[in-house]
Amino acid sequence: MSAQAKPLLRVAGLRTWYPIRQGLMRRTTGWVQAATDVSFEIGQGETLALVGESGCGKTTVGRSILRLESPQEGEIFFEGEDLLELGPEAMRAARQRLQIIFQDPMASLDPRMRIREQIAEGMKSFDIGVDENDRRDRVASLMERVQLDPNSMDRYPHEFSGGQRQRICIVRALAVEPRLIVCDESVSALDVSIQAQILNLLRDLQDELGLSYLFITHDLSVVRYLSHEVAVMYLGKIVEQGPTSRIFESPAHPYTQALLAAIPSLDPDRRGGAPPVLGDVPSPSDPPSGCHFHTRCDAAMDRCREEAPRLFELAQGRSRCFLAEESD
Amino acid sequence: MSALLEVRDLATEFPGKQEPTRVVDGVSLDLDRGEVLALVGESGSGKSMTALSLLRLVPKPGRVSAGQVKLDGQDLLGLSVTEMRRIRGGRISMIFQEPTTCLNPVVRVGVQVMEAIALHETVTPADARARTRELFAEVGIPDPDARLDAYPHELSGGLKQRVMIAMALSTRPEILIADEPTTALDVTVQAQILSLLRALQRDRNTAILLITHDLGIVNELADRVAVMYAGRLVEVAARRDLLADPLHPYTKGLLRSIPARSQAGERLPEIPGVVPPPDQWPRGCRFSTRCAERFEPCAEIFPQEIRPGVGRRVWCHEVERSRTAVGNEGDREGETS
Repeated sequence: MSAQAKPLLRVAGLRTWYPIRQGLMRRTTGWVQAATDVSFEIGQGETLALVGESGCGKTTVGRSILRLESPQEGEIFFEGEDLLELGPEAMRAARQRLQIIFQDPMASLDPRMRIREQIAEGMKSFDIGVDENDRRDRVASLMERVQLDPNSMDRYPHEFSGGQRQRICIVRALAVEPRLIVCDESVSALDVSIQAQILNLLRDLQDELGLSYLFITHDLSVVRYLSHEVAVMYLGKIVEQGPTSRIFESPAHPYTQALLAAIPSLDPDRRGGAPPVLGDVPSPSDPPSGCHFHTRCDAAMDRCREEAPRLFELAQGRSRCFLAEESD
Repeated sequence: MSALLEVRDLATEFPGKQEPTRVVDGVSLDLDRGEVLALVGESGSGKSMTALSLLRLVPKPGRVSAGQVKLDGQDLLGLSVTEMRRIRGGRISMIFQEPTTCLNPVVRVGVQVMEAIALHETVTPADARARTRELFAEVGIPDPDARLDAYPHELSGGLKQRVMIAMALSTRPEILIADEPTTALDVTVQAQILSLLRALQRDRNTAILLITHDLGIVNELADRVAVMYAGRLVEVAARRDLLADPLHPYTKGLLRSIPARSQAGERLPEIPGVVPPPDQWPRGCRFSTRCAERFEPCAEIFPQEIRPGVGRRVWCHEVERSRTAVGNEGDREGETS
């Protein structure tokens, strides 16, 4: 994003850890270090993809921004105010501009409520629309916009397919006129032909409405299509960040390189490569010393075992690896 | 020489409102010894139900209503329940998407594999343990001795899937049915499991029926590919032919809609609409409601099998028409061969 424009969202030094409580007195015996020192910005009309494998903390970051989790440290500036400083009433008001779409639409829709009511509920609580009829008209036009039949607005969620339900969740988020939508694995459960429809829709809506997305996913191929900027997380920390094309064409961090190499190829002439890294992701409640990735990294040096690297500046973006120290 | 597994005109149906719904309809496939055949499709395509039908594990009230499934010439659909039980987990094993739900949470994983071995042959406990240890080492479980005594919750998802694979291999099956074996795993762990399956197929000459929605995994592992849509096969081809030169409009659309294949900034080519529910399947080609290349006969008449090349089958009026227009007589002969 351009250096002059003020970002819509600026997250700085975010830390969200979950206590591990044990024993009769429920004493805190340890911490799940879900997110540590997480910083990024999202400009208006832009998409940042937060990618990583399970346990990397990407979902925690998304939920922390909406204050669905309670971060211990950091700042989350959204439209100029620090969300972490807001009282309950002010935070409620901020949520109008800040929506989230989850992976499983069936779990986030109320099975016993007509979809019109679910979509209009948010409008009502933020005083959008003059009356019930006006809101009904708005629901209809939004449904039409995402290629849902407005005549089906009085149906229940189970009467729709998976792809249609995700469109309903998108409509429900759009209904309150947000500026930023957190998409947490929003297309991951969909079949590929439906996924393509939803990705195109998300992009069209961004172009039309100037929406910003924080796109949380484990699927790098989706990222390339949708995002302007990518942040790769591993065990609670951002390990690499940069413009999407740079990340895909010349990944700097060994973990990013492994992640990209692990994607099964679709090129019939290329297959059967050796797995790029061995072992599983260690537990975030007991991450390895030094660089968290050193236990699986081919390039690990002695120093990596003892010292945790900071984010070093690259020509485009940043990398949390001592190999990037010189370019810093 | 006949194939190790021959599936002919398999049909599986569930009771419907008026008439039964055929969720698998007229599927014919061959699986050779040591071959990896991928069965590909989106949800509701019938790919998993086809696999369950082969093993006679279709959940009630569904049932296999027609067809043959021959293992080395013996029709599995005609076997007694006891005989079939010996085949399952014996000559044909299966691994599933979610290893956690397949392992007993209160039994040590080593014991679970030993039990699987003891179920199919007479072994001493010491032998079963030694065999299990060997299997753990073969499937790449680090420190196998210690892991024999671990409980499932003490293992990561990748390790649990390795335990499932060890269990599936414990009876030296000729066929391994792998239903979305890596879908629940992280991508770096997925790469390890794919590499393991490839090694097993090579070293043990185990045939694999791979069920997946992911064409990248197909490319990594399969020799041949069968694409299913709404209960029917639409195209069968060698891996390279299918990926480099898909013929059926559905296969083409599926490949085009994968984001990794498109250039950054381009709009993703979509397949419009959704798979219709079984009670709304058209009489003709089931893809005709979403197909950009459809013409008069598509909605009404089911397309015949065409054989446009060696080992290649496709069911599409448009492919047939364009081939007839070319007027290649050699093809016509090929159809009856």
